[in-house]
Amino acid sequence: MSKEKKVREPMFHIAKRSAIEPWKAWIIRLISIAAALIVCALIIVVLTKENPVQVYASMFKGSFGSPRKIWILLQNIAILLCISLAVTPAFKMKFWNLGAEGQVLIGGLASMTCMFYLGDKMPNFILLLLMFAVSILSGVIWGLIPAYFKSKWNTNESLFTLMMNYIAMQLVSFFIMLWVPNGSNVMGLVNSTTQSGWIPDLFGKKYLFNILLVAVLTAVMYVYLKYSKHGYEISVVGESENTARYVGINVKKVIIRTMALSGAICGLAGFLLVSGTNHTISKNLVNGNGFTAIMVSWLAKFNPVVMIVTSFLIVFLQRGAGEIATTFRLNESVADILTGVIIFFIIGCEFFINYQIKRTSKHKEEK
Amino acid sequence: MKKFSKVIAVVLALILAVCAFAGCNKDNDKEPASGENSSNKTAASNVDYSKVKFGLICLHDENSTYDNNFIQAIKEVQAELGLTNDQVLIKTNIGEDDSCYSAAAELVDAGCNVIFADSFGHESYILQAAKEFPDVQFCHATGTQSRLAKQANFHNAFASIYEGRYLAGVAAGMKLNEMIEQGKITADKAVMGYVGAFDYAEVVSGFTSFYLGAKSVCPSVTMKVTYTNSWFDIALEREAALSLIKSGCVLISQHADSEGAPKACEEKGVPNVAYNIDTSSMGPNTAIISSKINWAPYFKLVINAVAKGETFATDWIGDISTGSVELTKLNEKAAAAGTQAKIDEVKAKLESGEVKVFDTKTFTVDGKELTEYKADVDGDFKPDTNVVENGEFEESNDKFRSAPYFDIKYIDGISAK
Repeated sequence: MSKEKKVREPMFHIAKRSAIEPWKAWIIRLISIAAALIVCALIIVVLTKENPVQVYASMFKGSFGSPRKIWILLQNIAILLCISLAVTPAFKMKFWNLGAEGQVLIGGLASMTCMFYLGDKMPNFILLLLMFAVSILSGVIWGLIPAYFKSKWNTNESLFTLMMNYIAMQLVSFFIMLWVPNGSNVMGLVNSTTQSGWIPDLFGKKYLFNILLVAVLTAVMYVYLKYSKHGYEISVVGESENTARYVGINVKKVIIRTMALSGAICGLAGFLLVSGTNHTISKNLVNGNGFTAIMVSWLAKFNPVVMIVTSFLIVFLQRGAGEIATTFRLNESVADILTGVIIFFIIGCEFFINYQIKRTSKHKEEK
Repeated sequence: MKKFSKVIAVVLALILAVCAFAGCNKDNDKEPASGENSSNKTAASNVDYSKVKFGLICLHDENSTYDNNFIQAIKEVQAELGLTNDQVLIKTNIGEDDSCYSAAAELVDAGCNVIFADSFGHESYILQAAKEFPDVQFCHATGTQSRLAKQANFHNAFASIYEGRYLAGVAAGMKLNEMIEQGKITADKAVMGYVGAFDYAEVVSGFTSFYLGAKSVCPSVTMKVTYTNSWFDIALEREAALSLIKSGCVLISQHADSEGAPKACEEKGVPNVAYNIDTSSMGPNTAIISSKINWAPYFKLVINAVAKGETFATDWIGDISTGSVELTKLNEKAAAAGTQAKIDEVKAKLESGEVKVFDTKTFTVDGKELTEYKADVDGDFKPDTNVVENGEFEESNDKFRSAPYFDIKYIDGISAK
C-alpha cells in the first residue's frame, strides 16, 4: 500500500483527442504560425540585427512584389503541386515512393531527347504531343520498376526508388555529355531560335499552360481519390493489406496500377519543366522538389485541394528566402533557418490538434 | 615684384583650397554614406553614379570561392564608387535554367540598368533576357556568344587568367625544386595533381598554363588531372585531392570552387596552389599562393560606361596591366625561398612579352611541336579557327574571343588519372 502511494503521477498527461472541431484546429494552427513568426523575429534580431517587420515585408514582396513575381510564384506552385499530386496516391497506399525526383527527371530527359533530335523534323504541335506521351511513358516505366520488384519479391521500395534517382541523374549527365561533349555539363536553351518543342505562351503568358494543366489535374486527382473505386482501393490497401485481401482487392494489381499513375504524373511534371519552363535539362532540373513534394502531400493529409495551400506555403517561403538574401545581403542559409523554424511549428501544431494535454485530475490520485 | 608673386601664390593656394573643399562638399552631399577616400576618387572622375543600378547573378553563394570572388569585387567597387546597397543587388544560388532568366527579368523590374551573370551555363538565359530588354546592359563572364549574337546590349568578359595560372605554376615549380634539393623526392617523382571541375576549355587552359609555369622552373615535372564534374562539391573535391595524393602527387592544385582540396592538402601536409581566393586560412602550412581574376576593374568599367551613357566592349579581355589578373599574397610559410623574387621576374617578362605562356617551343603534343590548331572559337563545340600563330597558341586573344579555347588534352607531361 505504501508502495502505491509513492508513485507520483505527473502534473500533466497526454491524451488522444477523439475529434476536434475544425475551428479549434484552425485556431491552433494560427497560434502556431504566430509563435513561429515570434521565434523567427527573435532569430532575426539576434543574428542579423535587422528589423523583423521589414524582413517579413520583404519576404512577402518576394512572392507578390510585381506581376512577374506572382507568375513565377504560380509557376513554382504548379510544378511542386504536380509532383505532390504524383506522390500522393502511392503514399496514401503506404508505398514509400522516394523516387519522384528520378521519375520527373527521366520524364524530362525523354522530352529533351525528342526536342534535341526531332526539333525541326515535324510540326511543333505533333512534336509536343509526342514529347507529352513519351515523358509520361518513361515516368511510368521508371515508377513501375520498383513496384514490380515490390510486388514480386517484396523488395524495399524506399531504397529502391531512392537509388533509381541516382541512376536517372547519371543518365541525364551522360546524355548531356553526349550532346554537348566539351562543356561544363550544361545545355543552355535548346532550340532557342526555332522554339520547337517549347510549349507556346497562352494569351502571351509564359507559364499559363503549366498552371492551368496542373489546376485541372488537381481537380481530377481529388475526384479520383475521393469518389472512384480505384481511390477507395488505394485507401483500403493503405489502411491494411490484409483487410484489402479479405475484401477481395488484388493488392499487387493496385500497387502496380497506382505506381504507374504516380510515375505518369511525375513524367508529366518532367515534360512541363523541360518544355514549358526551362527548355533545357540538367541533373538539377527537379531541384529537390521530388522530396519537398512528400512534405506537401503529408501536410495536406493527402487531400489534393489542401495541397494547393501547402505547396503555396512552401514556395512562398522559398521565394521569400531568396528575396531576403538579396535585400538584406544575408546568406540564404539565414532564410533557410527561418523557413525551417516555420515549417517545424506548422508540423508541430498537428500534435496539438491530434492530442491534448490534460492536467492530471485529483480524482485519479485518490484512486 | 617679389611681393606680387607672393600675393599670387597665396591667392592660388586659396583658390586651390576652396576648390578642394567645394569638391569634397559637393561630393559629400551626393554620397553621404561613402568613405573619404571614395569621395575623393569620385570627385576626380566626376561621374554621377546615382542612376546606376547593378545586378549580380551568382550560381552559388559566398561559400563558393568562384562566386565569392565576384561578390567581393562588386562590394569593393560599390564602396569605392560610393554606391548604396540598393544600387547593387546580388542574387545568389541562381541555377543555369529558366530561374536565371527570371532572376535577370526580376532585376530589370527592380530598376537595374546593368546586369552581370557569373556562370558559363547562364549565358543563353542572359542572352534571352538581353533580347527582351534592349535598354538594359547584360554582361556575362566566361561566355562565348557576344561576338556572334550581334545583340548590342549583350557583352562577354574574361581575363587572361592563364598568365596568372602560369605565375602560380612558377611558385609550384619552385616548391618542387625545393623538395628535390632537400632530398624529399627525386626529380622524376615531381608529380603534381590537379582537381578539375569539368573537362572543357576553361579548365584545360587553366591547368595547362599552370603546368607550363611549373615546368619553366622544374623541367622534370609531370601532372595528373582528375575531374569532379561539378563546380562545387566539397566531398568530391576532397576525395579527388586525397586520391591524387595517394597515387603519388606531391603538390595539388585545383579548378573547382570549394575548400575540399585545400583542406585535404593541409590534412596531409601536401603543398597546394589555389584559384580565386586566398586559401591561407584553410591551409596555413600548405597553401602557397592563388591566382585570381580581379573583377573590380571590369565592374568599374561597366558602371562608369552605364553612368555616362557610353557603350563598352562587346567582348572584354582583362590582363595583368588592367589589374584583372592577380596573385594573392604569397604564404612564406609554405612557399620555397626566393619564390616572390622569381614570380616578380617572370611577371615582368610576361608583361614585356619576353615570356609567352603558350609558346609552342616550350611544349609538345604527342611528341611534336604544335604548328597549327583549329580551336572552337564560335562556341558550337566544333573546331573552326586556327589559333596558332607566331610560335604561340594565342589564348584569349582579342582577335578571337575572351573566353578560353585551349582545349588540347593533353600536352606531353600531363595525363588523366
